[in-house]
Amino acid sequence: MSNITNRETDEWLFEITPKGKLIDLNFKEIWRYRDLLWILVRRDIVTVYKQTILGPLWFVIQPLFTSVIFTLVFNGFGSLGTGSVNAFLFNMGGITIWNYFKECFVGTSDTFKKNAAIFGKVYFPRVIVPMSITVSNVLKFFIQFVIFLLFYFYFLSQGKAGIPSIFILLLPILIIAMGMMGLGLGMIISSWTTKYRDLTVAVGFGVQLLMYISAVPYSLGEIKNSNQEWVQIATPFIEYNPLTQVIEGFRNMFFGLETFNIIMLLYVIVFSFFVFFVGLVVFNKTERNFIDTV
Amino acid sequence: MNNTILKIENISKQYRLGLVGTGTLSHDLNRWWHKIRGKDDPYLKIGALNDRTTSSDSEYVWALKDINFDVAKGDIVGIIGKNGAGKSTLLKILSRVTGPTTGSIKSKGRIASLLEVGTGFHPELTGRENIYINGAILGMSKAEITSKIDEIVAFSGCERYIDTPTKRYSSGMTVRLAFAVAAHLEPDILIVDEVLSVGDAEFQKKAIGKMQDISNSDGRTVLFVSHNMAAVKSLCTRGIVLQNGKSVFDGTSTEAVDFYLNSSVGEETSSVKKINDFQNKKPFFITEVSIITSDKKGRTYVYTNEDFWIKIKYKFNEIIRKCHMTLVFKDQTGEVVLFLDRSDYYKEYYVAKKGCFESTIKIPNPLLKPGKYYISIGLANQDTNKNAHELDILSFTIKDVDSLRDSREGAIFLPVPWEITEI
Repeated sequence: MSNITNRETDEWLFEITPKGKLIDLNFKEIWRYRDLLWILVRRDIVTVYKQTILGPLWFVIQPLFTSVIFTLVFNGFGSLGTGSVNAFLFNMGGITIWNYFKECFVGTSDTFKKNAAIFGKVYFPRVIVPMSITVSNVLKFFIQFVIFLLFYFYFLSQGKAGIPSIFILLLPILIIAMGMMGLGLGMIISSWTTKYRDLTVAVGFGVQLLMYISAVPYSLGEIKNSNQEWVQIATPFIEYNPLTQVIEGFRNMFFGLETFNIIMLLYVIVFSFFVFFVGLVVFNKTERNFIDTV
Repeated sequence: MNNTILKIENISKQYRLGLVGTGTLSHDLNRWWHKIRGKDDPYLKIGALNDRTTSSDSEYVWALKDINFDVAKGDIVGIIGKNGAGKSTLLKILSRVTGPTTGSIKSKGRIASLLEVGTGFHPELTGRENIYINGAILGMSKAEITSKIDEIVAFSGCERYIDTPTKRYSSGMTVRLAFAVAAHLEPDILIVDEVLSVGDAEFQKKAIGKMQDISNSDGRTVLFVSHNMAAVKSLCTRGIVLQNGKSVFDGTSTEAVDFYLNSSVGEETSSVKKINDFQNKKPFFITEVSIITSDKKGRTYVYTNEDFWIKIKYKFNEIIRKCHMTLVFKDQTGEVVLFLDRSDYYKEYYVAKKGCFESTIKIPNPLLKPGKYYISIGLANQDTNKNAHELDILSFTIKDVDSLRDSREGAIFLPVPWEITEI
C-alpha cells in the first residue's frame, strides 16, 4: 500500500509466534476488516432465500407457524395458562427472542468446520465470521420483532396483552446480552468441534432440549405453582438458567405478568459477559492451529 | 540501511501422524498433566524429521525444522523442494493460516497469499458480488475494490458473465476471476503457491506477466512456490531449497535450481544395491542390482541422449525350467511407465541352472522423459508359481541435456525429425 514508505523504521508490523496471549484480540485489525464484516452480513441475508418463491417472507412464516403450533399443543392440548395474555401472543414473544438466540448459537457453532476451506487458505481475523453471523441475526430478529409488535398492538387494543412495564426501556440490554450468549456459546462449541466431532451431533438436539428448560412455551410462574414433584425438582434449574431469565424478562417487559426482576437482569448481564469472554479465549486459542486438526 | 521486510527465525512445525481423533483426548490430558507440573510437552521431544521413506516409531514428525532466513524488500524468492519437503507448510505459517510450533516470524508489511485461488466464492452470488467478498477476505476495503473493479473484470476476461451467479461459471472462469481479484490486491508481500498450474496457457502467460509487474514496478516482495523450475529461474531473484523440512540451500535462483536438481539425484541412492544373503534357503533370489552407463561406471543418473544398462545378479538354488523375468520402471508418482519381460524378446522362458548368474539389460535412450524413476525386478517359476521380487529397489534420474523439460506431460521422450516442406 501507499504507506510502505513510512515504515522505514525498524518497527515490525506484526509478529507470528507459537503461543499467543490469552486474549489476543487485535481490535485495530478487526476494524481494518470491517468491510468484510458488512459484506458477509449482506451475503448471509441475501443468499438464504435465493431461488425460493416466498423469499424474505420466510423470516415471518417461521415464527408465525411455530407460535400457532405451540398454542395448539401447550395451551390447547396441554392447557397451560398464560394469564390475561392471549396464548398466541405469549408464545410468539417467547419464540421471537428464543429464535434469535438459537440462530446466533447454531449459526456460529460450526464456524470452523463450515469455513475450513477458506480458513485453510487465507488469513483474516477469524472472529469476523461468527460476528457477522450474529449481526445478521440481529437484523433478522428485528424483522421478526416488527411482526411481533404488529400482533402485540392488535392484542393490546383488545385488552389481551397485559400491561407493558416501564422496564421495556431495558430491552436493548436484553437483546445485546442474548446475542453475546449465543455468540459466546457458539464460539466455544465451534472451537471444541474441531477436535471432538461428537459435539456437532449434540448441538442439533441439545438446542431443542434447551428450549424446553428455558421457559419458552410456558411461564416461570406457572411451573413455580406446580404441585408435581418432578416439576419442583426441575424448577431451580429452569429458574437459574440465564436463558429463562432473558425470555421471562422479555415477556414481563411487554405483558407485565410478573414484576420485572432487576437482580436477575444483572445476573444475565454478568453471565453473558462471562460466556462471551470465555468464548473469545477458546476461539482465539483454536484459530491458530485448528487447520491441522480439522 | 536495513532493508529486511520479513524475518524468519527458527521456525519449526510439528505434525502428528496417523488418525487424528484416536486418543487425542488422552494425549491432551497427558499434555495438560505435564504442563501443570511445569514439565515440557512430552510429545515434542520425540519428533523425528519428516522423511517419509523411512518409517519412524514416533507418531510426531517435524514438517519444518529450524528454518531461518531474511527477505529483503523487493526480493522475489523461489522456494523449491520435493513434495513433502515443507514448502506448503512454510507458506501456511507465513500466511498465518496455521501457527508455528516454535520460532517466530516478524514482518514489516502486509502479507497476502494466493495459496489457492477462488476462496470464499459463493455459488449463488454473481461474479461482481463475489469480487467484493473475495477482495474483502483477502484484506481489501470496499472502496479499494470499487476503484479497481473495472480493471479486475477486464483482467479476468469474464465481462459478459459478471452479473451471472458464479455457479453457472466454468471452472476455468472461476479461477480466472479469482486470480484477477488476488492479482489486484496490493500487499507488501505476496505469497504465490502453484497457482500457475491452473488455467489455460494464455492466462498463465498473463498471470506470470502480472507477477513480474507486481515485483518490478512496485518493488513488492514475492514468495513463490513452484515445481516449475523454468518459472522459478526466470521469475525469481533468489532461491531457497527445502529438503525434509530443513533449509538446505539459499542463493540465487539459478544456483538453487541446480542444487535442487543435483541433490534430488544423489540424495538417497547409490548406483548399486546389494541384497543380503539371509534368504539363502529360498529356491532363487536377486542378489544385486546396478545401473551402469557406457563408460562401465555406475551412476545414479543418465542423460536423455545416452544408453544405459541395468545389471541384475541372481542366485538359483534349484533348476527352473520356465523362469519368468521382469523389469519394471515407475515414475515419481508411482505410475508404471515401462514393463519389460524377457520372454517378449526371446519368445520363450529362461531355463535356469543352479548357481549365480548375471544379466545386463540395455535400455536405449532417448526413451523416457527426464525425471526420477524407480526400478522393480521380478523372478517367477512358471511351473510352481513361486516368485521373488524386489520392489522399488533402486532409483535413478534421467536428466535433460540442455533445457529443463521436467514439467512436460507424457511418459516418453523422443526427438523426432520434423520436416517441413512448402506446398
